[in-house]
Amino acid sequence: MKELFEYTLRMADDSLILGHRVSEWCGHGPILEEDIALTNIALDLVGQATNLLEYAAVTEGSGRSADDLAFLRFDRDFRNLLLVEQKNGDFAVTLTRQFFFDAFRKPFFEALAQSKDEQLAAIAEKSLKETKYHLKHSSEWMIRLGDGTEESHARVQQAVNDLARFTEELFYMDEVDQKLISEGIAVDLNTIKPIWKAHVDEVFAEANLEMPEIKWPQKGGRQGMHSEHLGYLLAEMQFMQRAYPGMEW
Amino acid sequence: MVTEQEIWTLLEQVTDPEVPVLTIIDLGVVRQVEIHDNSCKITITPTYSGCPAMQVIEEDIKATLKDVIPVEVVQTLSPAWTTDWISENGRKKLREYGIAPPENEVDKSVLFAEPPVIACPKCTSKNTRMVSQFGSTACKAQYQCNDCLEPFDYFKCLK
Repeated sequence: MKELFEYTLRMADDSLILGHRVSEWCGHGPILEEDIALTNIALDLVGQATNLLEYAAVTEGSGRSADDLAFLRFDRDFRNLLLVEQKNGDFAVTLTRQFFFDAFRKPFFEALAQSKDEQLAAIAEKSLKETKYHLKHSSEWMIRLGDGTEESHARVQQAVNDLARFTEELFYMDEVDQKLISEGIAVDLNTIKPIWKAHVDEVFAEANLEMPEIKWPQKGGRQGMHSEHLGYLLAEMQFMQRAYPGMEW
Repeated sequence: MVTEQEIWTLLEQVTDPEVPVLTIIDLGVVRQVEIHDNSCKITITPTYSGCPAMQVIEEDIKATLKDVIPVEVVQTLSPAWTTDWISENGRKKLREYGIAPPENEVDKSVLFAEPPVIACPKCTSKNTRMVSQFGSTACKAQYQCNDCLEPFDYFKCLK
């Protein structure tokens, strides 16, 4: 089914692109424990992307494999949120991006675990256990940085100011969602938004952070309209398969 | 003709490539063994979505049963693996190996909650601290003992 493929692909691309972004920290973490934490989170995300892309490949039924979907699509064919493709910046930017995403993904997977689509429900149930650890990690860092030193507070507030405009897209829905919601497969994101907002507000209150007014919300990722950063990411992520087509370990 | 029970016994030879002290039976990743006609289907489940050990485990299962019965290995995600499936024997082996086995953990939605009290696998002191909730593999956290100073892995609770 076309809608199910599209829906699965959107989720898969969120996990894959964010997973790749976070993996760029490998060997660059500010302290060893965080280097390890970030690479573990990246591994979870790429693992989720694998499960989702394998299912997307099945629902598409055109013979493309999960690897084909990951490594042989161009930027306009990627369906991820603009938030997840944004550059890592400093540690505060990376953690803020992760926090906004984790705060969405946890209630989202909780709801998707009730989906009438058995495979999506199974992937959600599995991924949820990992996402709980991610959200705890990113939430605690928001508080540590926001309620930390003058420097850490300034940096994380700046990251919040810069990334807030990408958060409305988390709740973007169109006819793909509507059709699958009516079939009991997809999650109605209107039900997720208040949960997301409550968690963000709670953490920000403790972190002395403020959510800015969002004057120009950015979206387009679900239609393949991306920021300039995605192409560079794909150039690195897809290099091996582009240079040596069909190459295997 | 080999029986299901004999296959379960043979699978006790297959160890986890990342925590080699545990067999895949101790770990609880083998969910089902079915014999149909002259072949066997083995269902396994990953500990974490991105667990890189699954492919190796699959190959090791096939190698172990190579001369016994034709085997097909399939993966399932549901019900999702939980640390409750680690056997009592597995927990004992982990401790002897220097990895603290999983304890029932507090609600993870509580920020800055006190991490679970984990006994040091070397000196058994409970005066330990969590260094990081992420460790050398996806399934572990890093701890250190405040008494004997031993840094150790904690196989973190997943439910």
